Amino acid sequence: MDCLEQKDTEATAPSVIDRYYTRWYRADMKGNPCEDHCILQHSNRLCVITLAETHPILQDGRSIKSINYQISDGCSRLNNKVSGKSKRGGQFVTDFAPLCRITCTDETEYTIYSCIRGRLLEVNESILKTPSLLLKKPFTDGYIAVILPKFDESKTITENLLSREEFESIVSKRSVAESPPS
Amino acid sequence: MLPLKEKDKPVVQKLLSAGCCARCVLRFCCVSVQAAYRKPHQETLKELQAFIGNTENGKSQDPVAADSTEENNKSHDATVPEPADDPPSKRAKLELSGTEAPSEGDAAEQKLTEEPSVCVVCLGILQELCGTTQAVKIAEKVKAEKYEFETLVLSVSLPAQLCVREHSCWLHVKKELREKSMAVDKDDVVQVKEAFKWVLQGLVAKEIGGVAVVARSLFEISVGFTHKETDADCHFLATACADCFRPTKNKQSVFTRMAVVKALEKISDTKFLTHFACPPAKPTSSCSSQDVQCLHQCVFVAGRYNKYSRSLPQTPWVIDGERRMESSVEELIAESVLSSFRSEGFNFSSSGREDVDVRTLGTGRPFAMELLNPHRCNLSRAEMKLLQETINNSSDKIKVRDLQIVSREAMGKMKEGEEDKTKSYTALIWTLKPIQSDDIAFINDIKDLTLDQKTPLRVLHRRALAVRPRVVHSMKTRFLDSHHFYLEMRTQAGTYIKEFVHGDFGRTKPNLCELLNTDTDILELDVESVDVDWPPSIPE
Repeated sequence: MDCLEQKDTEATAPSVIDRYYTRWYRADMKGNPCEDHCILQHSNRLCVITLAETHPILQDGRSIKSINYQISDGCSRLNNKVSGKSKRGGQFVTDFAPLCRITCTDETEYTIYSCIRGRLLEVNESILKTPSLLLKKPFTDGYIAVILPKFDESKTITENLLSREEFESIVSKRSVAESPPS
Repeated sequence: MLPLKEKDKPVVQKLLSAGCCARCVLRFCCVSVQAAYRKPHQETLKELQAFIGNTENGKSQDPVAADSTEENNKSHDATVPEPADDPPSKRAKLELSGTEAPSEGDAAEQKLTEEPSVCVVCLGILQELCGTTQAVKIAEKVKAEKYEFETLVLSVSLPAQLCVREHSCWLHVKKELREKSMAVDKDDVVQVKEAFKWVLQGLVAKEIGGVAVVARSLFEISVGFTHKETDADCHFLATACADCFRPTKNKQSVFTRMAVVKALEKISDTKFLTHFACPPAKPTSSCSSQDVQCLHQCVFVAGRYNKYSRSLPQTPWVIDGERRMESSVEELIAESVLSSFRSEGFNFSSSGREDVDVRTLGTGRPFAMELLNPHRCNLSRAEMKLLQETINNSSDKIKVRDLQIVSREAMGKMKEGEEDKTKSYTALIWTLKPIQSDDIAFINDIKDLTLDQKTPLRVLHRRALAVRPRVVHSMKTRFLDSHHFYLEMRTQAGTYIKEFVHGDFGRTKPNLCELLNTDTDILELDVESVDVDWPPSIPE
């Protein structure tokens, strides 16, 4: 441990996400403006679903009233159990399967969707106890769920998703349209 | 003298006239005296002929054969239209008298000096294929491979149709055998394989010289035989006992020895006799031998390794069939080991493993290698030391110590301690918030901190999802600058250090981010010690 040359620390702040994950996006989920989702795909094909930084929940100093993984009378994502290496028993989700509903203190409700096909491995129960995690660390500790795509679909699964560049270009057009002509 | 009794005579007689070789006659008479088989088979044949000639008329076997031939001819003729009846039977008689004529004179002598025909049961396996010429051939092949060994054992694989022929011959003499002794059963007949080994094993050992035959030898010589001419012998079983022959992916033919034996156990005697000649038909050639294969049992080599590179995986790293990183710890070690033991392959295992970007320092990590089919196996202490030096001079990315030959059982000790032993690490930590030396000092006082570690996302694709409690026994900090410090840790084996530092999305709790109340990340990691006291250290 002697090869340290990290002088400009702030500039090169390391990031676990950048090191292991590729960022993918879905914009305006189900036609709802700005309800953008982010999919972090690990190099081992596993995907972590999070809010995108542009999602309405993260704007305008909103705060969260409740998070509900009970997506219908018969189905709660909290009941999801996987066992063994092959993750038997996990719920299988498709692109538009709801993962949870988040209600803000202003009574607006948002549904978070799985975005990709795959087996649900876990949902983040920490945000039930500490909803503020979702606002403070939306891309790490405030993640929504972990989904494992099928082995043979792990390459094709991102075809329907936006790359970071594509997503940023959509967002920049959005702000041009919104900003009032001066 | 032959170890045969008066009661054996009808059996011997019947078998010889059916075309059995001398050793097969001994087998069916359940002779288990190995020495009887080791005599040259022509000599044994002479003795057998003398044995049956003693009491009865010396030529008694000829009339028997003639009788049966005549019977056969008659039954054949029955299907032929009337007018043809006479001439064939006359011709048959002519032929018979033709063959019989010389046997009246000195034929008995002549017959014995002639090359005996190929045995109907063993297809030559217990005749010429079981003699000195064959032994010399095998010994030469073995010598050419330059194995080092003190004992040997021979294994033999025989064509499956031998079972069918054996069964046919058994049915042929069953009645006589049962009369000889109430107890005789098919299982009492000495197997071709056994008789073959009794004869050939000693001969091969003698040809090689200085080696003993031991039933559980580490060195095995395999010989195999095929017999194209009679391959079809088994085929009727496929329809007669269809359920015994299911096609499988890996087998070239459904007629495996096991399947044939099973089918023969099931089939009734009458059904068998309608499909297969009894005694079996005479072959024109004997079996041909396949390549001689040699196999030495595995040797196990153990030691401890250091890894000094942050771009060297432990095992070859292949993604989608494509190679990542040019070498690996196991390959760097294996290269010299394989050439010293002249081994054909290896399996590498170790007490845990480190990531590609992690170094292993200190006394290193215990590892063991199973060497497949080594041509050498007894390297001296000095030779092992030399081998270790060769490995260490071949690369500066790794270093090996305590290299030694171990037993298969001893390897278990390495895996035993995997979960309950401790490991020591040094990590270079980055903090988001600026820190001072005092801010991190409290970490030095934390003892036996239990983490609840969910299977890291990094390995979740191949490990079961679980929350595993892991203990960090002690920590020590070394302040570096306002955003960096070294963290030395002693932890329970199986603790994921990287995840303890960055928190793995809050899935390892508590984690260093929580303890310091700021984002932290790990920039470098070194394994300082793997506290498993195996393999024993070797003093320099």
